[in-house]
Amino acid sequence: MSWQGQILRVNLTKGTAVAEPLNMEWANAYIGERGLGTKYLMENMDPKADAMGPDNVLIFATGPLNGTMASTSGRYAVICKSPLTDGIGDSNSGGKFGAFLKYAGYDLLLVEGKAAKPVYLHINDDNVEILPADDIWGTTVWNTEEWIKAKHQNPQLRIASIGQAGENGVLFSAVVNDLHRAAGRCGVGAVMGSKNLKAVAAYGTKGVTVDDPKKFMEVVKATHAKLAESGGRQELTEGGTHPMIDMMQEWGGLPTNNFKEVQFKGIDGVNPAATTTPNENGHTNLITNKACFGCTIACGRISHIDPEHFTIKNRPEYMHASGGLEYETAFAFGPVVGVDDVDALTFANYMMNEHGMDPISFGVTLAAAMELYEMGVLTKEQTDGIELKFGNAEALTVMAEKTGKGEGFGKELALGSKRLTAKYGHPDLFMGVRGMEFAGYDSRALQGMGLGYATSNRGACHLKHDVFGPDMEDVSGKGKAQPVKESQDMVSMIDSTGLCLFTTSGWGPEDFVAQLDAALPGEWTLERCVESGERTWTLERMFNQGAGQTGADDTLPKRMLEEPAPSGNAEGKVNELSVMLPEYYKLRGWTEDGKPSNETLARLGL
Amino acid sequence: MQKSLLIDADKCTSCLQCEMACSFEHEGTFNPARSRIKIFEFEHGKRSVPYTCTQCAEAWCLHACPVEALVRNKETGAVEVKDDICVGCKVCTIACPFGTVNYNPDTGKVIKCDLCDGDPQCAEACPTDAIVYVDAAWTGLDRMQQWAAETDNKPMANA
Repeated sequence: MSWQGQILRVNLTKGTAVAEPLNMEWANAYIGERGLGTKYLMENMDPKADAMGPDNVLIFATGPLNGTMASTSGRYAVICKSPLTDGIGDSNSGGKFGAFLKYAGYDLLLVEGKAAKPVYLHINDDNVEILPADDIWGTTVWNTEEWIKAKHQNPQLRIASIGQAGENGVLFSAVVNDLHRAAGRCGVGAVMGSKNLKAVAAYGTKGVTVDDPKKFMEVVKATHAKLAESGGRQELTEGGTHPMIDMMQEWGGLPTNNFKEVQFKGIDGVNPAATTTPNENGHTNLITNKACFGCTIACGRISHIDPEHFTIKNRPEYMHASGGLEYETAFAFGPVVGVDDVDALTFANYMMNEHGMDPISFGVTLAAAMELYEMGVLTKEQTDGIELKFGNAEALTVMAEKTGKGEGFGKELALGSKRLTAKYGHPDLFMGVRGMEFAGYDSRALQGMGLGYATSNRGACHLKHDVFGPDMEDVSGKGKAQPVKESQDMVSMIDSTGLCLFTTSGWGPEDFVAQLDAALPGEWTLERCVESGERTWTLERMFNQGAGQTGADDTLPKRMLEEPAPSGNAEGKVNELSVMLPEYYKLRGWTEDGKPSNETLARLGL
Repeated sequence: MQKSLLIDADKCTSCLQCEMACSFEHEGTFNPARSRIKIFEFEHGKRSVPYTCTQCAEAWCLHACPVEALVRNKETGAVEVKDDICVGCKVCTIACPFGTVNYNPDTGKVIKCDLCDGDPQCAEACPTDAIVYVDAAWTGLDRMQQWAAETDNKPMANA
């Protein structure tokens, strides 16, 4: 079977690292990765525990298809209680770290307690060491990876680490692996920092073996071919996710200036054409594309900044290539803060990766601060002399760096938008749900997306459901509850396999099931897998309820519910959440106040 | 016709499908640590370079082996390791100037690319044709053609 059959339990308070058998009953009920990690979290901590305290548990979870030749088999999840939402934190990442954690022999790494001093974890097959991190604490993700590889004379180590942001408790800190892939959302990096854990380095020589190799290779060949031939896949390879920005601009769903507007006049400075057209110095931003582990799509962008650009002039340390812009980063450093300078956006992206932060939450928090500044609530004295106005590229790049390093006004931005806007007396300017900021889609122009945001267990997330089709058929809440509910369960299933959601550009549900069935013992049917997805969704909901959340948290900001969209396809419209939400609860088998009913819990074996 | 692996680093996305395919063919598990081909990344992934044995005509490894465990496959041209003869002395790993012969501590033998008996699985698995299996006499053909296309010999009057 494609599990290694053991997990690694590390207790940083006690300084112990012990392997224990994988709970196969849970693996069978939750598939793996997101679902299995959530189950382990639920069984190992009290949801009421302080997210930044030693009783929070930090889990790195792989899935049954990680490390196999299934396309995109490098996806792993970081799961813990989120300090940003005080609910379930569930963030996944690509790169190569996840596959190599599994090759070291561990399906899941569970970190408990808090180290007395900064440490990092070195995992090389059965040799697991908790080592002092004094030499790398206070340094960047990029330095940390280089230092650990040199220290262990092993350039093949795959490393997941935090930057200064995670050390300093920036509430939207990321765990970054392989230099520029990140478990970006929910502040999982802050939790890692709260445990004094700087990095996890993994290398392994234990291969992954599937249950039925012959059948598995037949399925892999067929699914590779299907993905290769699909038009959606080809678009992702050529442009990454970035081309969505031109689509959203045209549709009128591109959040601009802290969601006051839905179309951006500076679009030509931030769209894919801006990355491929030489600037006045003849410099072209985009260099090439790059894949995560096992991925036959390769949507990742590799870019570089014009050496003459104000952000890096006289800073040769940033004149190398690194991760480039995708849709969400282009939105978060572009329209939502009104900036239209592609190299400034790319520099902000470097800052996120180097210091370990979530671009979406950072961008939307900065946007709220800009709105407060333009209202006169914040003054230039408070913002380190920077004009924090929409459209100021310098405000973007300077604040990205200050937030990463914990300097000046960056310490305020570190709170995230919900706490920042509340602190300055304007909580309505927080654009998000459950304390986590919106991604780059406006809930008025994409109504089902709004319901997805409002009900997403980890806070406002665009990747926990998939309703672009219905949303772009008509701008209303009618008929959206069902596709939202069904796609949430489907995404939960896919997130639990160890594969990437972007394979749906070519695959249907049956393709994931066929790969699981060949890799694992027992019979894996579509029905079983989708039910598992629903079980995971409901378990996440139960974690949130245990943490004190209620149906009242399933809501959207006033701007989405009361301020009509100023232009585009949704001009004059607000989000129809009050129509969709009761229908959604009913479809889920939840009570009118949003609690899973006893019948529903029994049906799912919860 | 003898064939050879042709590697075009510009096309490599560093997905490691080749490493998994190689280890699956030789070990029956997906295990990049036991792959005979490796991908190396430079400058944050700006360049990814697949690297493996080129099957030297005058093979240093073959000459260095004291027990004749390295044998030329006359059909494929590959230098293969005979596991039942190899004593794991590792002299071949020193002799190889390119580092493409390596020791496997699990078995006590050395491992190297054997072209999968004429059906190299790395090339089969590569999604971008960064690794292809072509006529050994014409590994430069594509590049020649590319440069030939740069030649503009149209008369000036037509330009």
